[in-house]
Amino acid sequence: MKKSTKNRINVFLFLLPALILFIGVLIAPLFLSAEYSFFNMKSYGPRTFIGLQNYKELFTSKSIDFFGALKNAILLAAFSVFIQLPLSLGLALMLGKGIKGERVFLSVYFLPVLISTVIIGQLFIKIYNPDYGILNVALRSMGFEQLGQLQWLGKKDLAVGAVFVPTLWQYVGYHMLLMYAGVKGVSPELREAAMLDGATDGQVNRYIVIPIIKPILKVSVIFAITGSLKAYDLIHVLTDKGASHLVEVPSTLMINMLFTRNRFGMGSAIAVMLIILCFFFALVVNRVFKEED
Amino acid sequence: MAKEKSTKVTPDMTMYQVKKTNPVVRVLIYIGLIFWLFINLFPIYWMFTFSLKNNEEIFGENIIGLPKHWLWSNYAKAMGSGDMFNYFKNSIIVAVATIIITTIAALMATYAITRLSWKGSKLTNSFFMLGLTIPMHAAIIPIYIQLSRMHLLDSYIALIVPYSAFSLAMAILICTGFMVDIPKDLDEAAHIDGCGVWGIFFRIIVPLMRPALSTIGIYTFLQCWNELMFASIFNSKSTYKTLPSGIQELSGRYTTEWGPIGAALAVATFPTLIVYIFLSRKIQESFIAGAVKG
Repeated sequence: MKKSTKNRINVFLFLLPALILFIGVLIAPLFLSAEYSFFNMKSYGPRTFIGLQNYKELFTSKSIDFFGALKNAILLAAFSVFIQLPLSLGLALMLGKGIKGERVFLSVYFLPVLISTVIIGQLFIKIYNPDYGILNVALRSMGFEQLGQLQWLGKKDLAVGAVFVPTLWQYVGYHMLLMYAGVKGVSPELREAAMLDGATDGQVNRYIVIPIIKPILKVSVIFAITGSLKAYDLIHVLTDKGASHLVEVPSTLMINMLFTRNRFGMGSAIAVMLIILCFFFALVVNRVFKEED
Repeated sequence: MAKEKSTKVTPDMTMYQVKKTNPVVRVLIYIGLIFWLFINLFPIYWMFTFSLKNNEEIFGENIIGLPKHWLWSNYAKAMGSGDMFNYFKNSIIVAVATIIITTIAALMATYAITRLSWKGSKLTNSFFMLGLTIPMHAAIIPIYIQLSRMHLLDSYIALIVPYSAFSLAMAILICTGFMVDIPKDLDEAAHIDGCGVWGIFFRIIVPLMRPALSTIGIYTFLQCWNELMFASIFNSKSTYKTLPSGIQELSGRYTTEWGPIGAALAVATFPTLIVYIFLSRKIQESFIAGAVKG
C-alpha cells in the first residue's frame, strides 16, 4: 500500500515539469481563446459578453472578409498538394532509386528548409523587385518586355502566386526528404524481383513504391494543408508586414484584429476557426487515405 | 546500386534479363535533378554576391556575376550598429534555454510514461500528443494577455516558455522512440542492486539517451531559431528581438541600399550553413524522426 503511494508520487513528480508547461501554455490558453471569442474585449480593461456575435460578424462582414482570407489559404493548400508534393515525390523517387551523387542532391534540396523564412522572404522581395529584381531582369533579357515590367507583389491576383513560389522553393526539400526516407525503406529485393519480372521503373514506382510509402504521403498532405492554413511568416514579410493587405489569410487577419484594431475577442474567434479547420482537414485527409485502401 | 547487386543474387537468375533504365531516361533524370539543384542554389548564390556589391553593380552593370569590387564594407555597415550581434545573442540565449527546458521536461515525462507502470500512462501520452496538432495561433492571444499582465513582454522568458511548451510534444515523441529501445532488464538489474526510480533515471536512462538528445536539440533549435510570429509580437523592443524579427526591422532601415541588407541576410544564414555542412546527415535524420514517427 505504502509502496504504491510512493510510486504514484514519483510518477507525478516526473510528469510535473511537462504538465506545467503543457497545460499552462497550451491547453489552458486553448480554452481561454475559446472563452475570449464570446466577448467584446481589448488587451486590457473591461469586457462584455456578446455570445456568438463575433462569429456572426466574422462570417458576414464584408470588411473583414474571412472567406476571402480562407479562399487564399485554401488556394495555397491546393498549390502545395497539387504542385509542390508531386514535385517532391518525383525528386524522392529519382533519388531513392540509387543514383550517383544521391547524397549531394539530397543535401542541397533540403538546404532551404533550414534557412529562416524571414530571410527567404527578404530575398524574394529583392528577386521580385519590379525594376532591378532578377526575375524581371531575366524576363526582359529574354524578350518578354511586358511580363518583365510586372509588379509581382503589387496586385492581388499575382501576389498569391508570388507568395506561393518561395513556399514551394523552401519546402519541396522537406517533403522530398520524408518521402525519400520512405522510398529508401522499400526493400531492394522487392524492387529487384519486380524488375526481374520485367517491370519498368515507372511500374515499380506506381505499383510497389508508392503504395508502400502511402503513410508518409498522408503525413505530407496533412502538413501541406495545415501548414497553408496556418501560413503567416512569409506572407507577413512579402506583404510589407501585412500593411499592403494584398494576400490576406486567416493568420494575418487575426494579427490585424489584435494589433491594429485592438479587437481581442474577434481575434480569438479567428484563432478558434483556425484550430477547427486544422483538425477538420486532418480528419478529412485521414478519411480519404483510409478509403483509398 | 540496386542493379549491381542483382547480377550476383543467385546463379539461376542469369537467365532472366533485368530491365535496365533506358539511357535516355537516365540522362533526362540527371537533367531534371541538376536543374532543380540550380533553382535551389541560385537565389542563395545571388544573395551572397549582391551582399558584396554596390547598387550600380546590382542594378545593371553586373547583375549575376561575381562582384567586381568586393565591398566588405556592406558587412561592416550591417554589423556596425551592433544590432545584428544583439539579435544573434538573443537567438542563442532563447534557443539554448528552450532546448534545455524541453529536453529535461520531455525526458522526465517520457520516463514516467514508458518505464513506470501506472494506470493512465497511455492516456497521458495521447494527451501530450495533442500538442502535435494544436497550432501556435491557438495560444497566442491568452499568452500575450498573460505576459502583458505580468509585465513580461519584451523579455527572454516571453519566448523561452512558449517555445518550450510548443516543442514538448515532438520531444516526447522522439524520446519515446528511443526509450522503448532500452531493454527493461537494465532497470530491473539496477532495481535489484538497490537503485530507486530516480537513480535508474539519472544513472541508466539519461546516459543511454544521448542519441535522442541531439535529435531533440536539432529539432527544437531550428523550431525556435526561425520562429517569427511569437518573436515579433511578444518582443517588439529591439533589445530582445531574435534574428527573424530583428532582420525584419533592419531591412526596413536600408530599403534603398541592397548591399547591407544582403550582408545582414548572409550573416544570418552563414551559421546555419556551416552547421549543416558538418551535420547534414544528423539534421536530416532529426527531421525524418520528427515527421515519420508522428
